[in-house]
Amino acid sequence: MDSMAAIRQTFFQECEEQLAELETGLLSIESGDSDHDTVNAVFRAVHSIKGGAGAFGLDELVRFAHTFETALDLVRSGRIEADAALVRLMLRSSDTLADLVRVSRDGGAMDDQRVAHLHDELTRIADPDAATAAPAVSAPEASVDQTANAGEAGDDDGFVPLQVSFDGLLGGDADAEPVAADSIFRIWFRPKPELYAKANDAAKILREICSLGEADIACDVSAVPVLAELDPEGAYLSWTIRLVTGLGEDAVREVFEFVEFDCEFTVEQEMPADPVFDFEPEPVAAVLDQAASLAEGEAEAPAIPQKVMDRIAEVAVKDAAPAKPAAGGQSAQAQASQTIRVDLDRVDRLIDLVGELVINQSMLTQRVTEAGIARLSEVAVGLDDLEQLTREIQDSVMAIRAQPVRPIFQRMSRVVREVAEMTGKSVRLVTEGEACEVDKTVIERLADPLTHMIRNAIDHGLETPEERVETGKPEQGSVRLTAAHRSGRVVIEVADDGAGINRQRVLEKAVANGLVDPNAQLSDGEIDDLIFHPGFSTAGSVSDVSGRGVGMDVVKSSIQALGGRISIASQPGAGSTFTMSLPLTLAVLDGMVVNVAGQTLVVPLTAIVETLQPKEADVHGLGETSRVVSMRGAFLPLIDVGHELGYREAETDPLDGVAIMVETENRAQSVLLVDSIVGQQQVVIKSLEANYGHVFGVAAATILGDGQVAVIVDVDAVVAGRRAEPDLANRKRTAA
Amino acid sequence: MTKLVLTVDDSRTIREMLRATLVEAGMEVLQAEDGVQGLEVLEGAVPDVIVTDINMPRMDGFGFIEAVRDSARHRAIPILVLTTESVGDKKDRARRLGATGWIVKPFDPAKLVNAIHRVAA
Repeated sequence: MDSMAAIRQTFFQECEEQLAELETGLLSIESGDSDHDTVNAVFRAVHSIKGGAGAFGLDELVRFAHTFETALDLVRSGRIEADAALVRLMLRSSDTLADLVRVSRDGGAMDDQRVAHLHDELTRIADPDAATAAPAVSAPEASVDQTANAGEAGDDDGFVPLQVSFDGLLGGDADAEPVAADSIFRIWFRPKPELYAKANDAAKILREICSLGEADIACDVSAVPVLAELDPEGAYLSWTIRLVTGLGEDAVREVFEFVEFDCEFTVEQEMPADPVFDFEPEPVAAVLDQAASLAEGEAEAPAIPQKVMDRIAEVAVKDAAPAKPAAGGQSAQAQASQTIRVDLDRVDRLIDLVGELVINQSMLTQRVTEAGIARLSEVAVGLDDLEQLTREIQDSVMAIRAQPVRPIFQRMSRVVREVAEMTGKSVRLVTEGEACEVDKTVIERLADPLTHMIRNAIDHGLETPEERVETGKPEQGSVRLTAAHRSGRVVIEVADDGAGINRQRVLEKAVANGLVDPNAQLSDGEIDDLIFHPGFSTAGSVSDVSGRGVGMDVVKSSIQALGGRISIASQPGAGSTFTMSLPLTLAVLDGMVVNVAGQTLVVPLTAIVETLQPKEADVHGLGETSRVVSMRGAFLPLIDVGHELGYREAETDPLDGVAIMVETENRAQSVLLVDSIVGQQQVVIKSLEANYGHVFGVAAATILGDGQVAVIVDVDAVVAGRRAEPDLANRKRTAA
Repeated sequence: MTKLVLTVDDSRTIREMLRATLVEAGMEVLQAEDGVQGLEVLEGAVPDVIVTDINMPRMDGFGFIEAVRDSARHRAIPILVLTTESVGDKKDRARRLGATGWIVKPFDPAKLVNAIHRVAA
């Protein structure tokens, strides 16, 4: 059963791929950018899902896929035109098919009403007259066959799931129809040459018959010509069989299922009127028959078994005409993308090992340097090569986990359709840079924030069609989703051409919520950033679309959890753009190694703006415990990392340390005070939470070149701990 | 003697089911994802039985059967067509092109194995 479970998993994986293919195909049909191959691929995707679903007895899925497939087949064969309305119906069907797949996999309930409705619409396409006659109000228990038949009208590849035509094939088959007593059949069988041409064999048929019961077989070789006239591919033999079996006539006829058109045969049941009398004369007749025909045959020509003749023919033909190379075999082979599927755990283990290798290599380099070996010595040069190789291995291994963002972008097109439908807005999704590759985990965790942002863009960003027309914009709004690589990170943008952020309202709301002082003077950028504030929601009432209480703050924290940043740019009347910058991998990080109170820490380089040596005149006290640093005309809070993380009680003198100006995810700038800077280094991230537990102000840990464990500073937490978490600040103050 | 079976199907699910079923039945299995790849596999092997799907990219089951029957080395290999299309046209066409027999998808493992034994030498 384990293997079935594994195959079931494969099936659902494959379904996801087929669904993606289906959607891509439908979208390219929608954009008028399709050929026959596209339509075929779309058809095949649904067909494959149906085939697999049948194997797992997922009847509801089979039923819907079948109706869908039937409609697609009409498009494929050119019997109906794929106009815009039809493609939209197909897209909705593909969404529903996706839902059905997911419900089949994860359980849960389907909107039966919606399925039934689509089912009805699809059936009507296949056969306009069938209309409501189809069992569209499909009660889940409606039989599969019924529905299949409804969809079969005008369809030449009707599909009857689960019909298997092998019943009672072998004697003693449990589900074979039992016959009260043994019956006697007289079977006559003469193959045509076609039977052999299709690689069937009279011997196999006879073998099957023998397996049904007790058989007496007589061969008639009278038709075999003399050797000179013998066609090696001809068929000259016929057989008469007397079969005593407990099975019915159907079982006997089934033996001929594959060959019924390639041979002549008769099956007659002997009436056991009086078994005693009937039983005797027949075998005698058969034996006589056999004897006579054998004698006759021997007189004419040796009866060469058909099999031998076939072999002779085969060899002859082979010599005459060497096998043609398979058409296009070579080039096609080159084209086929060569992929293997590997368990993710193995890849992660490999990445982990390479991480260790990187650490080990830098450790070795450090030891060599410490040992005072000259830079130009062979050892040092060899180590340089090793370092380069290690980097390359690391990059290659990381690339294994990298995947294009295409699937998740494709998912968004569904989100757009759904939200557009719910809000009554007309929306076009434009995607760019789908081929951009990012770490698999980043992609997976991007789905929710991206969905939310797209929903927001349509629900809050875009105006209603009427409003758009009034302001002279095209009725259809557009949402652009783009991905691009920029300086070692991937930048994903969600841009709408809607009304832009209503700053007036954002500000009012923020003031009402007590987030901002009514007298505060905020720049446009600062007002825009307010929407990332926890609990902030611009919609007058929480709408059905943009979620219940899930705000942009959640989006922001999910992006930050991935080591990314998010920002917003908005222009009234022209729309808003959300920009996310994400790391390509979660496994390594460029960091600045610093010293604080005798501890070695790593500050992520992405957060650092600049470093400087503060002068006495720049540092100002603010209130009881806070200090600020004046930098380029702005006053930034000064945070002593050593004090903040609890390494020391008293704060150090800023003049003794080095100030690192950092920018947090909400683009607020602060200055971190550390004792000294050791250097800049790429470090391998080791989760502290997985191995130990969460520690305030610490994002993760790493192992440095000298084998020392260093913690990676969670810049946001350190800054926020100071600025936004009054509890923490109070506690510190009372403690101090 | 262990039977060597070549299966040709574009669906990974079906390929895995075929493999599991046939291996369970003590057969050796070769697999291809479409007709073109099927022919490539045949360049290096002569299986006892071929099981093929009809609807596949690049080269479908019809083209594949035709090509196998055109090949002197392989034309005596029994071919079972594995298809959801159980009635009418497709079965006829497969038969005309030289299919030895057929199995209706979704297949019953025992019946698939029986069918293979039935057509195999």
